[in-house]
Amino acid sequence: MKRFATLLLAAAAIVAVPAMAQEISFTASDPLQLPRNGFFGAVAGVATDSKGHVFVYSRTGTPVATLGGARPFVRAGSVLTEFDQNGKYVRSVGQNLYGALAAAAVRVDRNDNVWIVDTYSGMVIKFDPQLRIAMMLGRKPESVEVPAQPNAGRAPAGAPAASGMQSDLFEGPTDVAWDNDGNIFVADGTGNARVAKFDRNGVFVKSWGSRGSGNDQFSTARSIAVDGAGNVYVADRGNNRIQVFDNNGTFKSSITTAGNPQAICVSPGAHQYLYASNSNPANDLDSGGEIYKLELNGTVVGRFGRAGRVLKEFNGVNAIDCRTANQLYVAEMGNWRVQKLNLQ
Amino acid sequence: MKHHLASAIAISLLAAIPASAQVAATVQNVPDMPYQAVPGFFHGIPAGDYLGEMQGIATNSKGHVFAFFRGPNTRLWEFDQTGKFVREIGKDFYGFMFAHSVRVDRHDNIWTVDEGTNVVTKFDPTGSKVLLVIGHHPDAAMGPIASPRGPNAPAEKYTLCRPTDVAWDMQDNIFISDGYCNNRVVKYDKDGRFLAQNGSEKVGKGDNEYNLPHGLQVDRAGNVYVADRGNARYVVLDNNLKWKTSYNNVGSAWSACISNGQHQYLFANNANPNGNPPGSWSRTGQIYKMELDGKVLGKFGNAGKLAPGFQVVHMFDCRDPDVIYTGEIESWRMQKFVLKGSK
Repeated sequence: MKRFATLLLAAAAIVAVPAMAQEISFTASDPLQLPRNGFFGAVAGVATDSKGHVFVYSRTGTPVATLGGARPFVRAGSVLTEFDQNGKYVRSVGQNLYGALAAAAVRVDRNDNVWIVDTYSGMVIKFDPQLRIAMMLGRKPESVEVPAQPNAGRAPAGAPAASGMQSDLFEGPTDVAWDNDGNIFVADGTGNARVAKFDRNGVFVKSWGSRGSGNDQFSTARSIAVDGAGNVYVADRGNNRIQVFDNNGTFKSSITTAGNPQAICVSPGAHQYLYASNSNPANDLDSGGEIYKLELNGTVVGRFGRAGRVLKEFNGVNAIDCRTANQLYVAEMGNWRVQKLNLQ
Repeated sequence: MKHHLASAIAISLLAAIPASAQVAATVQNVPDMPYQAVPGFFHGIPAGDYLGEMQGIATNSKGHVFAFFRGPNTRLWEFDQTGKFVREIGKDFYGFMFAHSVRVDRHDNIWTVDEGTNVVTKFDPTGSKVLLVIGHHPDAAMGPIASPRGPNAPAEKYTLCRPTDVAWDMQDNIFISDGYCNNRVVKYDKDGRFLAQNGSEKVGKGDNEYNLPHGLQVDRAGNVYVADRGNARYVVLDNNLKWKTSYNNVGSAWSACISNGQHQYLFANNANPNGNPPGSWSRTGQIYKMELDGKVLGKFGNAGKLAPGFQVVHMFDCRDPDVIYTGEIESWRMQKFVLKGSK
């Protein structure tokens, strides 16, 4: 039965991908220059600010656990790095940051504040433009479990995992976005399967979604974006769709024309576009990997790229920055790289 | 009768060789090659710093030596052609957790094989840029994970399982021995796209099977030589990973090296691991020089805790067949040897 369901899902995925989407031609470069002996690891997030500075949140090592105490504590593993508009290194933050364990996302809001999302500390951290800490959402677990517990979602006592709890704590959060009023939307994520809304001051408003495949349900809430009208787009990876909600979390529609999305971005400006990456899984370079450019209603404008390791190929795209029209930055988990793309 | 008994013992050894065991070579009447150690060749290591378990050692075309070792963190160090320490490459790099091999390709790109992250990384010749990442770094988990028990998970095209070594043919196709929890050789094209494999995740001792493929090299014709350590043999495959033959008379088959030049030689490493009864070190530890077709030409070196003895050579470099650099796992030592008149 389970196998049958998988087959159905696979069939749905094939149907969902338009066979004749127009190929968008593009160029690619690898412009970010780290200092000597500096390297990215799996790059989870990339985002630009209004000056064109580029922020990268990358896993740079494995979090380290202490041994010998009754409770093992864990630290380190990810670094946030800033580059100027020419790709020149500016600074790094993270080795001394309590919450930087396993990078999930970095986004820059319209006031140039820099937000990072960390999937294992379960924290969303807001920095001001000088990278001073301005606000925290969530809390890092005090210690880790022995043996490691599957990332199955925090739930109220007695409730099944990822059942849609109303809480301001996260489990495996993946992304953050804002509307024009500054309300905060957190995709939460891979452990939970929901969206949490906070007001501009970080006051918890509400949460929606649970694990499943119906409307208002997510396999994983893997990436999130908000358009100029305040609609919320959630990449429902595992269900081969992007769900669209109004500003209060009421389901509006599902976009099924962009494969199995792992990263999405809504561009600014009068005519907004939705970009979505049909990212390949880590063990497959021979299918998928392409990125779609869509109208906000889901109509495909075109597609570009494929899975692979060299420039113009993508391996596990986990973030897209689309602040500038037809100029994208993409972060790759599999190639440990950020590519800058110019679309024709 | 005595001869028969010895054969029976040799066969039972081949049937099940513990990972740490020594294997006496069966080849007879091999001439000793005269050689000279170059004591103190490597120097200039920053004060207070140390090498660790030496897993990989490789030279580039300028004679610089790259050493990949397990210190408190896994580290990659570069020395110049005089043996002087130049720099560290990739300090705290995401692809370094538990070193296994370093190799330099014919374009002087530096490749590391890490069996903690399950990743093979290609650096540019200066070690400042990552050009290719092969394999999948395991995701972090909130807590320690128990070692897997039971059969190995099925081998996948793009996921390595404790890989051990990397090599290339003249078309720059990439060959990886993989490894401790797969038992196969994988071929990728120069951009890292899967082409073929020989072996699987399963352990075996027949043709097209491996028991810990621990190192490999490729000759100029594109043939692949695999150190099948658990089976104490060197396996020869063609360029498409079709089985050709195996050499099983030179001991434990920990690692292999093929020299440069018009006439290429295969060097075989009968390493001498710990955990053995008294007297066993006297029978192993040497490095054999062979023709590519398996004919044994000579041998040099012996097991020993003190230099110039070998306390378990893990990998070694033979770019020039008369100059051998060794990296030793259990003595945390690198050595340089000059073979005399071996050409």
